[in-house]
Amino acid sequence: MNIILTIFYILIDIIIVVLPLFLIVAYTTYSERKIIGFMQSRLGPTRVGPFGFLQPIADVIKLLTKEIIIPSNANKGLFLTAPIIMLVPSLLVWSVIPLSEYFVIANINAGLLFILALTSLSVYGVILAGWASNSKYAFLGSMRSAAQIIAYEIAMGFALVGVLMAAGSLNLQEIILSQRGGIFNWYWLPLLPLFVIYLIAGIAETNRAPFDVSEGESEIVAGFHVEYSGVAFAMFFLAEYMNLILISILVSIMFFGGWLSPFENTFLENYLSWIPGFAWLSIKTLFFIFIFLWLRATLPRYRYDQIMRLGWKIFLPITIIWIFLEGIMIYYKIEPWFIA
Amino acid sequence: MNLEIIIFYIFSLLLLSSSIAVIMVNNPVKSAISLVLSFFSSAVLWLLLNAEFLSIILILVYVGAVMVLFLFVVMMLDINISRTEEGFVKYLPIGIIVFATIAGLLSYFFYNQFDNAGDSIITSIDLIGKDNTKNLGYLLYTEYLLAFEIAAIILLLGIISAITLTHKKSETNKYQNPGDQVNVSKNARLKIISDEDRAR
Repeated sequence: MNIILTIFYILIDIIIVVLPLFLIVAYTTYSERKIIGFMQSRLGPTRVGPFGFLQPIADVIKLLTKEIIIPSNANKGLFLTAPIIMLVPSLLVWSVIPLSEYFVIANINAGLLFILALTSLSVYGVILAGWASNSKYAFLGSMRSAAQIIAYEIAMGFALVGVLMAAGSLNLQEIILSQRGGIFNWYWLPLLPLFVIYLIAGIAETNRAPFDVSEGESEIVAGFHVEYSGVAFAMFFLAEYMNLILISILVSIMFFGGWLSPFENTFLENYLSWIPGFAWLSIKTLFFIFIFLWLRATLPRYRYDQIMRLGWKIFLPITIIWIFLEGIMIYYKIEPWFIA
Repeated sequence: MNLEIIIFYIFSLLLLSSSIAVIMVNNPVKSAISLVLSFFSSAVLWLLLNAEFLSIILILVYVGAVMVLFLFVVMMLDINISRTEEGFVKYLPIGIIVFATIAGLLSYFFYNQFDNAGDSIITSIDLIGKDNTKNLGYLLYTEYLLAFEIAAIILLLGIISAITLTHKKSETNKYQNPGDQVNVSKNARLKIISDEDRAR
């Protein structure tokens, strides 16, 4: 009886997080099309509902009712598991994200490591999708993506090592709490190079423009998911947007104080204390999602060898040097970040 | 029955079956995937022992990096499946010897040492609190610092030797020089011919 109750509570927690997440993903695609449309002097979707507001719902219905076509020479089992392998880690990471000062599904001690480990798993979905569909375009896309993800994962990991050193903890709530005391106490300032590298590597990890060589439509049609249709394609799509939101929320947690109010220690602190932490986290996350969309509308695609050069020869040395400098800052207890 | 025991049985069953699948499946990509699955399930088993740092590092390093590269190479190979099956009987005696040795050592360990294991191993690293990661870091950087540094140097040597073995500058390779590309000016690429020049 006890087990059933435990599982029931866990299920309720999961539903509280996952259902709104799916809705947010749907409206991220809508806002992406609208925002990029306005940036490029277009209107974006306008037909379904007022201002095209029901467009994502129509898209979901379309994707759910379409047929899944399996190529005749594809490896059927792996072809159908690849989207699941892609989706599951990006859903699983949300279990350790602190959404407010009170709500987190699992407040585990090694939260930062858990996130690093799970985000490194999604590459399997890409590789297997490319290999199992038995298509040259898909295979090229997955090869490119695998090399790119490995290259940027290292820089990303080192950027998080900087956060870990500053906070002195792997627990995400403690990382947020150690940034208390207003906007200049957040880690973006002492860890500015690491923050920029984490942001850029995050875009590269999620295979989004300008690093979208793995699905560069002008070169290799649609890359690793060229053979997918219907629900299977929708799962790749869902995973990509979920990772986009995840990277935005992680940047706000690691470098921008998570659910902390930006007006701490100012005259506004008492007037704005009624705003819940979740609202601050949402504002910060939406801001970074907007930056990702803005970059996609603005920048042309990187050349493949330049992506590799940026990852290995520029980002990796910068992160190592900054971790060394951060060690010196911690040793001399530079205020106000490294007091302990 | 509590939840931990159920999870333990599910994942140990998964570990055994996926490890057997690594050697029994004849498609190399599928056997690499089975190896990934067996790493994953052993990571879950370590997590049940409260060794959260080791289990997450197992996923991060072996599943997230090593096996990706492994899969990368295996996919590029064009292995003849019938030929890989030929060696099965030929190597069977060696396999049985290795299996018997490891099984013997393990059962010897379990019969003699298992009573002392249990609690003592887990509690003996509770140095600065219950946090497994902190305890491990504390031990690595104090008591076992020398061994830790030696391991790091050996790994560095491995990296350097692997790079020197593979990185040969060949005449046929073509490289881009990014500095030259950035510094290129309009005059190096374009030559503007005015109408007067054309008329001549």
